[in-house]
Amino acid sequence: MTAAVSFEAVSRHFGAVKAVDNVDLAIAEGEFFAMLGPSGSGKTTCLRLMAGFEQPTAGHIEIFGETAEGVPPYKRSVNTVFQDYALFPHMTIVENVAYGLMVKGVGKAERLKAAEEALAMVKLPGYGTRRPGQLSGGQRQRVALARALVNKPRVLLLDEPLGALDLKLREQMQEELKGLQKSLGITFVFVTHDQGEALSMADRIAVFNDGRIQQLGTPEEVYKRPRTRFVADFVGSSNVLTPDVAARLGGPRKDASLRPEAIRLGAAASGETAVTGCLLSSAFLGATHRLTVDVEGARLAVSAPAGSPVPAIGEAVTISFSPADLHPMEAA
Amino acid sequence: MTSATLPASITRRDRGLTGRLSDTLWRHPQLFVAILLIPPLLWLGIIYVGSLFALLAQSFFSIDDFSGLVTYELTLSTYGQLWSDANFDIIVRTVLMAALVTLASAVVAFPIAYYAARYARGRMKAFFYLAVMLPLWSSYLVKVYAWKLILAKEGILTWFVGKLHLTWLLDAWLALPIIGGSSLSVSYTGTFLVFLYVWMPFMILPIQASLERVPGNLIEASADLGATPGQTFRSVIFPLALPGIVAGSIFTFSLTLGDYIIPQIVGSSRLFIGQAVYAQQGTAGNIPLAAAFSVVPIVIMALYLTAAKRMGAFNAL
Amino acid sequence: MRSDRSTSAPLPLKIAAGAGLLFLHVPILIIFLYAFTTEEKSYQFPPPGLTLQWFAVTWNRPDVWAALTLSVKVASIATVIALVLGTLTAAAVSQTRFFGREAVSLLVILPIALPGIITGIALRSAFSILDIPFSTWTIVLGHATFCIVVVYNNAVARFRRISGSLVEASMDLGADGFQTFRYVILPNIGTALLAGGMLAFALSFDEVIVTTFTGGQQSTLPIWMLEELIRPRQRPVTNVVAMVVVLVTFLPILAAYYLTRDGDQVAGSGK
Repeated sequence: MTAAVSFEAVSRHFGAVKAVDNVDLAIAEGEFFAMLGPSGSGKTTCLRLMAGFEQPTAGHIEIFGETAEGVPPYKRSVNTVFQDYALFPHMTIVENVAYGLMVKGVGKAERLKAAEEALAMVKLPGYGTRRPGQLSGGQRQRVALARALVNKPRVLLLDEPLGALDLKLREQMQEELKGLQKSLGITFVFVTHDQGEALSMADRIAVFNDGRIQQLGTPEEVYKRPRTRFVADFVGSSNVLTPDVAARLGGPRKDASLRPEAIRLGAAASGETAVTGCLLSSAFLGATHRLTVDVEGARLAVSAPAGSPVPAIGEAVTISFSPADLHPMEAA
Repeated sequence: MTSATLPASITRRDRGLTGRLSDTLWRHPQLFVAILLIPPLLWLGIIYVGSLFALLAQSFFSIDDFSGLVTYELTLSTYGQLWSDANFDIIVRTVLMAALVTLASAVVAFPIAYYAARYARGRMKAFFYLAVMLPLWSSYLVKVYAWKLILAKEGILTWFVGKLHLTWLLDAWLALPIIGGSSLSVSYTGTFLVFLYVWMPFMILPIQASLERVPGNLIEASADLGATPGQTFRSVIFPLALPGIVAGSIFTFSLTLGDYIIPQIVGSSRLFIGQAVYAQQGTAGNIPLAAAFSVVPIVIMALYLTAAKRMGAFNAL
Repeated sequence: MRSDRSTSAPLPLKIAAGAGLLFLHVPILIIFLYAFTTEEKSYQFPPPGLTLQWFAVTWNRPDVWAALTLSVKVASIATVIALVLGTLTAAAVSQTRFFGREAVSLLVILPIALPGIITGIALRSAFSILDIPFSTWTIVLGHATFCIVVVYNNAVARFRRISGSLVEASMDLGADGFQTFRYVILPNIGTALLAGGMLAFALSFDEVIVTTFTGGQQSTLPIWMLEELIRPRQRPVTNVVAMVVVLVTFLPILAAYYLTRDGDQVAGSGK
């Protein structure tokens, strides 16, 4: 099956800055694909390469098997939801939504009908006559979504679409986006710096740093088996162990990660590894306690369920974990 | 929205000539910039810069004293004439006047700009803006003409001074050497007043812009730290407004430097640079000397702009 | 004890600012007064009497009409040229990145940064070198050159306010470059261009220094006034023309102000 979007050794350099550096990826049709990374990691540039706002300095991009280099944005059946929404301030909401159809020559009645349908789909029926300035951030976001979807793109690109929304609205939109993607069956490519968002929404995640993909996999793979220190650090919080410490805890002599929630207070059950250390600090986080345990000079973060008895600070504690959770990583 | 017939991944609908042109320009952004820039660059480059160079070139020729015709041989002798006493006096007089006008403009403009930036809100702000913009944009000649009415011997100022029983003061002022004269309209004082009036509005908006960038809490902080209003002005407000003053002074200085109409209509018979240029190219027919004279303000403004740029004045424009 | 910042200005500041504004406006008001004076020979104040007769006299003066017609013609053509060239330059400088942007913006500003007499004499000597006879077009040539910057400044300011992603959004939705210009860029910069055009018109309508060098025997309205100032023929007519000129230039200035004020609010809400 042809990939919806594929990158072969794609680079985009701005002078000496390697914004995207030798990236390979293949996004399957119908997939919800997240590109995760800190700012300046190259994820947004990758999105802009897909949309056609940037051209690769090297490598090859295909969209549904067709070469994308040299094809202007207006000739790609790819649409974008912009970070700042980029709604046209001089047009009404319905004119905004119908814009793509208008420039493609769709008749007025037909495009207005399609625009109203799209607005209904994003739960903004009857908002058509307003102007972008009269809407809230969340509403503008929905309009931006409707404006892109009304063109029936085969790939929808979303550039940090939830970044400007407050927490409650963001969680609600996450679910709606996910639902929309499932019902439309369109490929979604989603850029975010929020690992929680990527983990909860995406089918697969590409973790970016310094213009390169650090790891590409399902949320579970990326979370449980980070391939590099960067991924272990950036996705969730993890105990990143030096080779010495990893060996002491019974793993191979390599950099390794051990998730705080994989560690349990108490003696080892069968097949588990147990070590003793000294409790340095404890913080109550609501659902969990966050403990820091010193094991022979190595500090391990432990996430213990709230309600479990917490030893006093300075006391000796025994912690145990399954050796399978001690995940060795590449050195980089 | 779950339509079964999805379009091809890359649409190929032909958009005709404009579509193809658009594609070409999109693929060659440099070509696009070139197409945008060629008309204005041709206009400004050929008509304007070309003329400037033609003028500049003439300043390196000289005029034959007997025939009165231009001798087309490169020489610096025309520039040498600028240093003759009479011509050098003209340069000094003009620069001095430009400097005085600039200083006085800053003094008169500052309170207006300060009030507009810090106290005027809403409608008041719009009022101030228009109150500055309308005189700034209204006809230059009409403004000069208005001052001819005001400064004339039988005019409004004489009448007003008489009503205040201050005629003796005006007479004493006019009796002063250099700045005095038989009436205000034929004195340096008159020239100065008209220059001030005509160019001062150009000082207000840059000062206001730079003051608006000063956060109000900075002034409160200064007061909070125990500074008197005077100290706050000297050590906080004035330094922060300085880029705006310098930006405004570019206008007042440059405009005064090149003006030849105001001193011709209101002033003594002694020449300013602009008048000298006009006289040399017109009645005297000495184009090389006129060209050399007009290089003087260019050089002065180039130095002035370089200094202003160092002071960050361009950010306040 | 420190009091809270008072919301009203200290009295000396009010007086200084008020006096400054008076200084700016009283001379213009005086022009209005003199348009009605009965005194013919001198600038006597206060006017011995008031009359409307000079409006009728001015109305019947063909030389005033000829000068006014030429001024309007020159200002209109110069404005159109300045609109095209200023907008193109503004688009290139603000929407794209290229080597030499600074030089281009300097080049645009130069014609008003340098004293008008230099622009004037430079053009005049170029005309004489190339044997170009003076005409309406030589005046237009000079005026358009220094009007470009006014349009350019207005357009650049508005281009900066258009979020860059608007253009990208338009292209993303399927509009090619021309459609994007027509449907997105033009509606957003339209009022700024109109305002720039108004100001350019006002600037050209009022210009005298460059025109004295490029006009030859023709008189624009400011040239006509200048001649009246140097060699007065009928002072009351000059008074009336001065008042009319003030009123005529106020209109485009006010229009430009309202256009950019409302327009920028609209453009600013883009985000």
